[in-house]
Amino acid sequence: MSYKIWMSFVKEFLLLKRDLGGLIILFIMPLVLVITVTLIQDSTFKTVSDNKIQILLVDKDKGSVSKTVFDNLEKSNLFSVVTQIDNQPLTEEVAKEYVYKGKFQLAIIIPKNLSIDLQTKIDQNVQNIVSKMGLTETDSTAQSEKPKVIKEKEVKLYFDPAVQMSFKNAVMSSIDKMISQIETKSIYTTFQNQLGEGNVEFEQKSFITFKEIIPKINNKEVRPNSVQHNVPAWTLFAIFFIVIPLSINIVKEKSQGTFVRLLTNPSSNLIIIIGKTITYSVICMIQFYMMVAVAVFLFPHIGLPSLNIEGHLFLMSIVALFSGFAAIGFGILLGTVANTQEQSAPFGATSVLILAAVGGVWVPVFAMPTIMQYIAKSSPMNWALEAFYDVLLRNVSFVEIIPKISLLFLFFIITTSIALFYDKKKRTV
Amino acid sequence: MYSLNNVSLEIDQGQIFGLLGPNGAGKTTLISMLCGLVKPTSGHFTIDELNYTSHSSKIKKIIGVVPQEYALYPTLTARENLHYFGSMYGLKGSYLKDKVIETLDLLGLLKFADKRIETFSGGMKRRVNLIAGILHNPKVLFLDEPTVGVDVQSKNAIIDYLKFLNKNGTTIIYTSHHLGEAEDFCTNIAILDRGRIYAQGTPSSLIAATEKAQNLEDVFISLTGKDFRDEL
Repeated sequence: MSYKIWMSFVKEFLLLKRDLGGLIILFIMPLVLVITVTLIQDSTFKTVSDNKIQILLVDKDKGSVSKTVFDNLEKSNLFSVVTQIDNQPLTEEVAKEYVYKGKFQLAIIIPKNLSIDLQTKIDQNVQNIVSKMGLTETDSTAQSEKPKVIKEKEVKLYFDPAVQMSFKNAVMSSIDKMISQIETKSIYTTFQNQLGEGNVEFEQKSFITFKEIIPKINNKEVRPNSVQHNVPAWTLFAIFFIVIPLSINIVKEKSQGTFVRLLTNPSSNLIIIIGKTITYSVICMIQFYMMVAVAVFLFPHIGLPSLNIEGHLFLMSIVALFSGFAAIGFGILLGTVANTQEQSAPFGATSVLILAAVGGVWVPVFAMPTIMQYIAKSSPMNWALEAFYDVLLRNVSFVEIIPKISLLFLFFIITTSIALFYDKKKRTV
Repeated sequence: MYSLNNVSLEIDQGQIFGLLGPNGAGKTTLISMLCGLVKPTSGHFTIDELNYTSHSSKIKKIIGVVPQEYALYPTLTARENLHYFGSMYGLKGSYLKDKVIETLDLLGLLKFADKRIETFSGGMKRRVNLIAGILHNPKVLFLDEPTVGVDVQSKNAIIDYLKFLNKNGTTIIYTSHHLGEAEDFCTNIAILDRGRIYAQGTPSSLIAATEKAQNLEDVFISLTGKDFRDEL
């Protein structure tokens, strides 16, 4: 039996070796994918000066608030503020047009008299509080004077319609925070002026702050970066793409007639499946080690952080192997059910994309709607991805990944069994 | 509606048995059942006193199959294909290597042993296809249209080799549309149509039993008619 398995492995190896297109799909494309996606995603979060997003600022206020907004945006390292185009100061209409045409992603319009009206409103409120507390002399004429009505002010934001919701939310939240800080600072200053006649100074620094506690391994902080997230996700994506060549391989065997010959010889189907499983598992592992090598050795040379695999490689290899089993099971099932390459290749590609989306490769599972979270938990790509994150980012032991890799292996067994059952059923007349 | 209905056949050891019939008669289905590719909904058959339901793997060891398609890997060489298929029958080592060389030589393909199948002509592919089914010296050899689409030289080489195998004890069961070839080659014949056997016997007995029949083709037309069998 072992000789038959060996010969099956040799045959599969030779078939792959002589299929240049297949080899490119298997080895080159995943590398291109992982490098490209990591570069793009890394730059999204990178705070380097040459990576700033240009935004438009229309300052109708010309006061302290708009100046603070301008300064904070410039200091943020995320944005480069544009207030003039072609040496002409921006108007709201011009800014709106530029943004809606997609030339800029965002325009901020600071309303007229924002600084003055904000200060007046705060003055009124502070005056009111202070007088209620009896801390100032009451002036009968002032009391009878009706306070000036200040209308609420609106800072307008125009977004390019093509901008993603996540970017919009992040920008809105940071501008909201910036405005709140300006308001708070103004309130403190006004109180200070009212009460202390210049001698009392309030501590204006935030009392409550937050600090991210970074996990430590061997007393060394391990800060997750885009590489730690992206490499496992896209490696997994590539491993699952093995579904396409494997299903095509099986469909070809059926159409060439070689499958008929294999079915009429005394070797069991199991030998054929074991032969394919070993070959494609070896390919998965080669893909995996190639991608890890690229992430460890090449990434630092192209401006990306290196993948930190210290102490994790063995467990990562186990996860990769079991992910490969799940992908192989799916490929065998697809190849058995499909009648033509035209069926298996597009279906394989699309289903891998769906599995990746559902599995949390693009959008984290916790950010999905409840129903999708349930579906995600039944996706092999999600089990594999979580197992990778457990090993790489949560530093777990082998015992803790057993449930996930068991599910992956179970998926392989179930899909392969369905394929065998389907094939047997199909051959009854 | 069944592909085959009430088919009963007895083929003696050492025969060259031809299954003849128009398109869609059920020849390929019958051969597929006999070599275990397709499971019948009812009925049974035995080969060498072995029942397929309980002894399928034993039967698979003593039968050889030559499918209608070129059941070979196009990107592998003739030698690589034959080593692989031979190994699936449990052959290995020097026996397998020598057997591959011997049969390739007998069918005039030894000098092309290390060329890829995709570069072969139809006749060469047919010959390799035949070798892949006989490497393990089967007692019974099933062939589905083994000479279809080949040149006269390849056809003669295949028929001669099959006769050689038969002389050495291999029972041959084959399907063909070439009635002249079947008349010369087969010791026994069954004419199949619409899933039923219409006649069986030696070619000469079938010709003798049919009024005005000069050859097997006349017998065939007389039994199956002149209507086309085009069905969609």
